[in-house]
Amino acid sequence: MNEKPKQPQTSETFGETAKTKDEISRRQFLTYTLMGTGGFMASMLIIPPLRATLDSVLQKKQEEPMVAVADVSEITDEPKRFTFTLTIDDAWVKNQKTTFTAWVFKSENGDIMALSPICTHLGCTVDWNSNPKYPEEFFCPCHGGRYSKDGVNIPGTPPSSPLAVYAYEVKDGKLYLGKLISRS
Amino acid sequence: MIQKVYDWLDERLDLSPIWRDIADHEVPEHVNPAHHFSAFVYCFGGLTFFTVVIQILSGMFLAMFYAPDIVNAFNSVKYLQTEVSFGYIVRGMHHWGASVVIVMLFLHTLRVFFTGAYKAPREMNWVVGVLLFAVILGLGFTGYLLPWDNKAYFATKVGLQIAEVVPVLGPYVKHFLAGGDIVGAETITRFFAIHVFFLPAILLLLLGVHFILIRRQGIAGPL
Ligand code: HEM
Ligand code: FES
Repeated sequence: MNEKPKQPQTSETFGETAKTKDEISRRQFLTYTLMGTGGFMASMLIIPPLRATLDSVLQKKQEEPMVAVADVSEITDEPKRFTFTLTIDDAWVKNQKTTFTAWVFKSENGDIMALSPICTHLGCTVDWNSNPKYPEEFFCPCHGGRYSKDGVNIPGTPPSSPLAVYAYEVKDGKLYLGKLISRS
Repeated sequence: MIQKVYDWLDERLDLSPIWRDIADHEVPEHVNPAHHFSAFVYCFGGLTFFTVVIQILSGMFLAMFYAPDIVNAFNSVKYLQTEVSFGYIVRGMHHWGASVVIVMLFLHTLRVFFTGAYKAPREMNWVVGVLLFAVILGLGFTGYLLPWDNKAYFATKVGLQIAEVVPVLGPYVKHFLAGGDIVGAETITRFFAIHVFFLPAILLLLLGVHFILIRRQGIAGPL
């Protein structure tokens, strides 16, 4: 490239240098144009793939229906494991039958509680009364997380919040479970 | 801002000679469309590279949504095509790009042929170019099976049957490519691996050699 000429140029010749502050030089103009065009082309290339990749984050969650899980007569004040099946669309794997678990019991005031078995520490599965050292508790084998019967985490163990509960409904003597409600 | 970051790095790493070596070189008059418009034929090499970059980028993103398996392949492509927003664009880039690469590559080859740029001392780069052509055709052939629809399936059957008529070796080549007696589960995993790992690796290697040779030997002179 040639050195910029020192003396100011007339408008008849190519203006290499800007005359006032507001004017841009030929070189600057070309730089901006090329960068603009290049940037536009690059973004045409990269925006669609990024938007497609982010789709899973931006998509709304499907509403979970209420499903019949148990006869109310089966529910005692001892937590019992009930399983139920939902049909789930997992991306291109449609109508996938997926089994969920709830620990269900009647609490002292007679209300039904349906607890999620998913440990609030890092997501392993808790079990009722499974560790002889900690009777009458929910125990998580992964890092020794513990919860009392109502699902409240026991201080000093890894989980920092209680087990989530299922929204529930009793109709015609049957227990229906819905979406999970986390507690803090 | 960018200038400052660059200056900071340049001060420590002496970057300028590196990119100068790659990017800052004379464009001879006879290849510059600003001088002779017909010189646009010299752009086809660069355009081929550009479309290859599009293929690699779009392919990397396709691979996030694609399941190389006879049960899921078609459904995963259909899911991307119909349910993921902008998915059809990502697939479209790769789908149409695959043809554009081959068209550009062909035009580039024609330019090299008719300007006699393959003559001494550039014979080796012609050979590398022919290998590149084979690799790109291989990418087109192996990629075409992946959507696992009727067109994919029968195109691959036809392709394998063509391979089969090669004297002596044909049946073995066919069996090797299909990974078995039929176009099936093992064919699709094999084609997938060839399409996204083996051939792109060879492609990048050959492109590297191609470009180094061009820098060494320069652009062939005017007609
Ligand atoms: C010059 C390079 C390439 C060419 C010519 C090419 C060609 C093709 C073709 C013709 C298809 C079928 C597309 C359709 O019919 O919709 C395809 C599919 C595919 N390609 Fe490539 N490809 C190239 C590079 C790559 C690379 C580098 C990757 C990944 C790293 C990749 C990943 C895929 C995947 C995952 C599919 C299946 C998805 C679909 O069919 O839409 N491709 N390719
Ligand atoms: S996941 Fe349950 S204690 Fe860590």
